[in-house]
Amino acid sequence: MKSLAELAAIREKMKDKVVIREGSGDVRVVVGMATCGIAAGARPVLNRFVEKISEEGLSDKITVTQTGCIGICQFEPVVEIYEAGKEKVTYVKMTAEKADEVVEKHLKGGKVVAEYTISAVNA
Amino acid sequence: MIRSHVLICGGTGCTSSGSAVLIDTFEEELKKNGLEEEIKIVKTGCFGLCALGPVVIVYPEGTFYSQVTKEDVKEIVSEHLLKGRIVERLVYADVGEDVKQDAQKVVALSDTNFYKSQKRVALRNCGVINPESIDEYIAMDGYAALGKVLTEMKPEDVINVMKESGLRGRGGGGFPTGLKWSFTAANQADQKYVVCNADEGDPGAFMDRSVLEGDPHCIIEAMAICGYATGASEGYVYVRAEYPIAVKRLEMAIDQAREYGLLGKNIFDSGFDFDLFIRLGAGAFVCGEETALMTSIEGNRGEPRPRPPYPAVKGLFGKPTTENNVETFANVPQIILNGAEWFASMGTEKSKGTKVFALGGNIKNTGLVEIPMGTTLRHIIEDIGGGIPDGKKFKAAQTGGPSGGCIPASLIDTEIDYDNLTAIGCMMGSGGLIVMDESKCMVDIAKFFLTSTVDESCGKCTPCRIGTVRLKELLDKITSGNGTLEDIDKIEELSHYIKANSLCGLGQTAPNPVLATLKFFRDEYVAHVVDKKCPAGVCKDLLRYKVIEDKCKGCTACARVCPVGAISGAVKQPHTIDSTKCIKCGACIEKCKFGAIVKE
Repeated sequence: MKSLAELAAIREKMKDKVVIREGSGDVRVVVGMATCGIAAGARPVLNRFVEKISEEGLSDKITVTQTGCIGICQFEPVVEIYEAGKEKVTYVKMTAEKADEVVEKHLKGGKVVAEYTISAVNA
Repeated sequence: MIRSHVLICGGTGCTSSGSAVLIDTFEEELKKNGLEEEIKIVKTGCFGLCALGPVVIVYPEGTFYSQVTKEDVKEIVSEHLLKGRIVERLVYADVGEDVKQDAQKVVALSDTNFYKSQKRVALRNCGVINPESIDEYIAMDGYAALGKVLTEMKPEDVINVMKESGLRGRGGGGFPTGLKWSFTAANQADQKYVVCNADEGDPGAFMDRSVLEGDPHCIIEAMAICGYATGASEGYVYVRAEYPIAVKRLEMAIDQAREYGLLGKNIFDSGFDFDLFIRLGAGAFVCGEETALMTSIEGNRGEPRPRPPYPAVKGLFGKPTTENNVETFANVPQIILNGAEWFASMGTEKSKGTKVFALGGNIKNTGLVEIPMGTTLRHIIEDIGGGIPDGKKFKAAQTGGPSGGCIPASLIDTEIDYDNLTAIGCMMGSGGLIVMDESKCMVDIAKFFLTSTVDESCGKCTPCRIGTVRLKELLDKITSGNGTLEDIDKIEELSHYIKANSLCGLGQTAPNPVLATLKFFRDEYVAHVVDKKCPAGVCKDLLRYKVIEDKCKGCTACARVCPVGAISGAVKQPHTIDSTKCIKCGACIEKCKFGAIVKE
């Protein structure tokens, strides 16, 4: 090891890989992964969220986790986003492509993608 | 893309309760479910809650599963990892009321009473990173402190930071670390050394082992920092051969550090050279004493040598040497990175930072806890430790192993730090904390610890070699019911003589358990001598088994189970026990359905 820069490079490369264990992201993305969710295609949605958030370098702020059946099986895959001090947002009938959009607009831009939320579908 | 980490404890505690099998089973199950690309298995060091091992933590949720078996793994994979349903029955959930009332809340490790009030500095990476990966250590700011020291600080700056932080030796003595380093730095020599004392020998203490197993790189980093500050280019870690996992991980870590050029020549292009070697101890308790330890590293029989000269002047191979304990070193990189003020903000006026305790004995949560100095004993036992099992009452806590003393129940609100413990005639020691309930006899406890020092005395000086044996004989006399009040005075006198005249710390502290129990539990000694009774019912020679006539139905169950035929009596008539034949095995008490047999 000849320089601090070398050390910093390893740290940056590895940081993403261990940050998950701090588990204290301010924002939580929760994907419904019960049988109904998985059957409806929740797995690619979950994986896309994890990938995209990592690509955008947001892993230290946002935690992606899974949960069981929320009870609205006809709307699966369901994704809920919790932010401290804000109302929970529930996205329904999600796909990997929609996941990208939610990360871009909602998680990065701070703007809820209204057309994918449960209120839009219900209305 | 990894979305979840499963951390499995690979420390000694969990390894012995079967965690290695769990790792294999997890890998198999993940493959079966096609999850191996999404979920990563990480073998870590000790999480601390050894009594409930094997321990598994799933991130990002932080779900804490305890006592996981091979059969449970299948359920964790198919329920939690595949479907996101936490396996509630395996979750360790000893939590406060606030968490219980929040039905939505998933109980995470950090919510439990055991972890909530801990402050992890020395153990910060234990149970968090894979100790066999230097990259994970670097990700947690590893080697950044060494980089900072070598590129931005002068050796005297480093020593000043250590002095200002208020860090004191965690091996037991509590000597200020910065001051120790400055002594070695002040001596000129062609070669100086850094030595890490990992010869942890106190019964019940295992914090050093856990640091070496869970975060070996932090010791390497700290020793290199110490080398730079004191002008040493070589270091030795003296670790017990009985710690195979610790030795293996430390060896791996040293190899990785050499490969990365974090040990060796010209580290960080600063011109500073440092390399590190391991020496295995053969398990002699006296080798934990610094001069005996160095004699042992030199290849000689582990015997202490008189001080002065102190190691800072004439230590290993006759050269100036700085010797610190594992836990002391584990604090160093954090102090460099976060500053002396940060460290000094924790703890009490004269004892800064945190202390790791190995909690054992009659307590629910046996394991490893790290708490800020100044935490009360009550908080450690009742809240973190989960209290005394079986509804028994707390009697005393033993600290410092065979060199330490005890804290009686009346002082349970003592704030634990170096000076408070010394003030009550106790000592911090390396951090073994053995909790004892009312069923323990304090004379017997004193005898237990003294027996281990009698065995471990190296024999070099007379007060320790012979004095401790005579002391133990006096205790034997008392526990067998043959003691006199004069013997108690003799015990005190001899104890003070051994303390004052022994060559090294082993002898100088050997009588401590005796003196401390005498100080707080003199009435128990007197009861053994005057009443010929052991109040706790432990000392066999003073016990009498007796049948309560009114309660005995004459069922003959006791007479049939007695292995020596000491019980006699006709059917349906009260039985009697012949105390000359009775061997006090207790089989009759267990067998009696009517509670008609008592020991007193």
